[in-house]
Amino acid sequence: MSGTSVRTLTHLQALESEAIHVMREVAAELEHPVLLFSGGKDSIVLLRLAEKAFRPARFPFPLMHVDTGHNFPEVIEYRDRRVAELGERLIVASVQESIDTGRVKEQTGPRASRNQLQTTTLLDAIEEHGFDAAFGGARRDEERARAKERIMSFRDDFGTWDPRRQRPELWNLYNGRLRKGEHVRVFPISNWTELDVWQYIAEEQLEVPNIYFSHEREVFARDGMLYATSDHMELMEGEEPFTTRVRYRTVGDMSCTGAVQSDAPDLESVVTEIAATRITERGETRADDRVSEAAMEDRKVAGYF
Amino acid sequence: MTDLLRLATAGSVDDGKSTLIGRLLYDAKAILADQMEHVEEVSKRRGSDVPDLALLTDGLRAEREQGITIDVAYRYFATPKRKFILADTPGHVQYTRNMVTGASTADLAIVLVDARHGVVEQTRRHAFLASLLGIRHLVLAVNKMDLVDWEQATYDRVVADFGALAEQLRVPDVVAIPMSALLGDNIVDRSANLSWYDGPALLEHLEAVEVHEEIALEGARFPVQYVIRDQATDYRGYAGQVAGGVLRVGDAVQVLPGGRTTTVAAIDTFEGEIVAAPAGQSVTVRLADDIDVARGDLLAAGPAPLASRELTAEVCWMAEAPLRAGGRYALKAATSSVRAIVDEVSDRLDVANLTAFPGPAELALNDIGRVRLRVSRELAVDPYAVNRATGSFILVDEASNETVGAGMVLAPT
Repeated sequence: MSGTSVRTLTHLQALESEAIHVMREVAAELEHPVLLFSGGKDSIVLLRLAEKAFRPARFPFPLMHVDTGHNFPEVIEYRDRRVAELGERLIVASVQESIDTGRVKEQTGPRASRNQLQTTTLLDAIEEHGFDAAFGGARRDEERARAKERIMSFRDDFGTWDPRRQRPELWNLYNGRLRKGEHVRVFPISNWTELDVWQYIAEEQLEVPNIYFSHEREVFARDGMLYATSDHMELMEGEEPFTTRVRYRTVGDMSCTGAVQSDAPDLESVVTEIAATRITERGETRADDRVSEAAMEDRKVAGYF
Repeated sequence: MTDLLRLATAGSVDDGKSTLIGRLLYDAKAILADQMEHVEEVSKRRGSDVPDLALLTDGLRAEREQGITIDVAYRYFATPKRKFILADTPGHVQYTRNMVTGASTADLAIVLVDARHGVVEQTRRHAFLASLLGIRHLVLAVNKMDLVDWEQATYDRVVADFGALAEQLRVPDVVAIPMSALLGDNIVDRSANLSWYDGPALLEHLEAVEVHEEIALEGARFPVQYVIRDQATDYRGYAGQVAGGVLRVGDAVQVLPGGRTTTVAAIDTFEGEIVAAPAGQSVTVRLADDIDVARGDLLAAGPAPLASRELTAEVCWMAEAPLRAGGRYALKAATSSVRAIVDEVSDRLDVANLTAFPGPAELALNDIGRVRLRVSRELAVDPYAVNRATGSFILVDEASNETVGAGMVLAPT
């Protein structure tokens, strides 16, 4: 070889380039993509990848947040700020609106969660805007059913995922051919682990909502997890709120996302804690996966993220 | 700095594949406490005292209920030296389709052999498919050495048998390792029971093996994916992922199809301009001349690719309805989408015996054969044996939109 020597890509560079390639394929082959942005760490990474894929031009798609109305206020504040910084367009699909118009029925009781209701709101928004591709930040290392998911994953006109009839995905040749009413879910960071995401956030010096770092919060214990006290959570008998130092590993609804006790105040110490953890992020902090052995698969089949 | 190794394993539970993967993941601390608890709990519920590590990879309800693996599962683990992406492909149901899928992105394949049974038909199939898919590094994992009293003679016999097979393959690097996945011998640490063996343990080999051959290719390839235009800054760049060799500023490149020539004026990234980009890197290229370049074009430096409206390829068929002469499909190669007509199915391979049945044929589900295709416009490709990224394609049924075939371009004879 002539000229300057060129080094093999590091694992993060290789994962980054793969994700950028996926995003550009979708932008080139599908007509109306949308990027699902929740303000969580995985979708924050997606936004940086989109910048790398399309700048200096604007993103060839809008961003969309399925807002349950039960999100952490810190995350909503971060979401709006980040979108403004990027100068991109955000669509907010509201679960509250789906409830108000009678599309879904609010659950009741202390274990009520709007987690499942999001699916209807999401599918309605996809149909209303005519989206044929939705980027999501799901990763295969998160959960058993997700380990089987394609990078570009077909959904029929009911938004249904059929895990037994997935299109084979060979090399980096994605098949995004669709009929009207069908769409694909696209997961550019399928091959990233939780640690990869945090290392990338640290390397890129990305800002994340402050609830990912250790902070004081009033919480209560339920089912072995710590939940924040809020207007959206009804306490059950015997549940005593107390204040402690916590951080979040995942960011979902306040009603289904647990906190972990932590003194990690910054990115570096979070990366260290994640590298040493012996429990998966969803196992530790997500009530929505605990419903049954196949809770995620069942929700995915119905059209969940 | 750690790099990335993509590997595929193939085999059935009987070979100890799940045990091997479980062992690798567990010893690399990629199985976390709650996942292990879950496996133990479900195993116990089914009346087994030993945790069934297959439950870690069998993610779907139907898989767990039926105790089978129906799809490729991806697993992730890391050591301080490398990150690993492991495509775990099932050994029985739809095995060709799944193994081809898993192997298509792999740098290395682990072929498992039960030391008691030696090289069997399944071993030949797996090794052949790995070779067909252009995997250049094979590990022959001679497992269950504990059940043959750690005998060197048994191991030597398996290695010799496999050596005869390997001569028929296109795999330049084959490393055999005796092991017991169940007991952990030669997986992470070298085994005291196998003191006559002086090679590396499996993980040691996986950490050290040099796999980034695509960077050493002589001709840089750059399939144009997407044109980035920005009116505000009057910017026009060609976005894509380098698909072989190293693309450098100043390189003279051909734009194919068509064959016009120009020079790489700049390579842009989000962080700024760079002077060279290796295979695998996603970048945006600016060209010296203002010529018409679009998605589907291939920028090529060095030896010219094949540019033709006819190609011969090995095709792995993945649909119930057979592939026959006269069939019409959509074909996607790198970033090019064209239509293709099957002129001839020249032969069909017997994967178990590595022999071809010549003559007009058809390919049924999971068959592999040599196919001649005519395409609707000139396509620039490389032989798959030279460059996997520019030598591969998929066939899509235009009515159902299903991906029905995987193709690997052969050099013209």
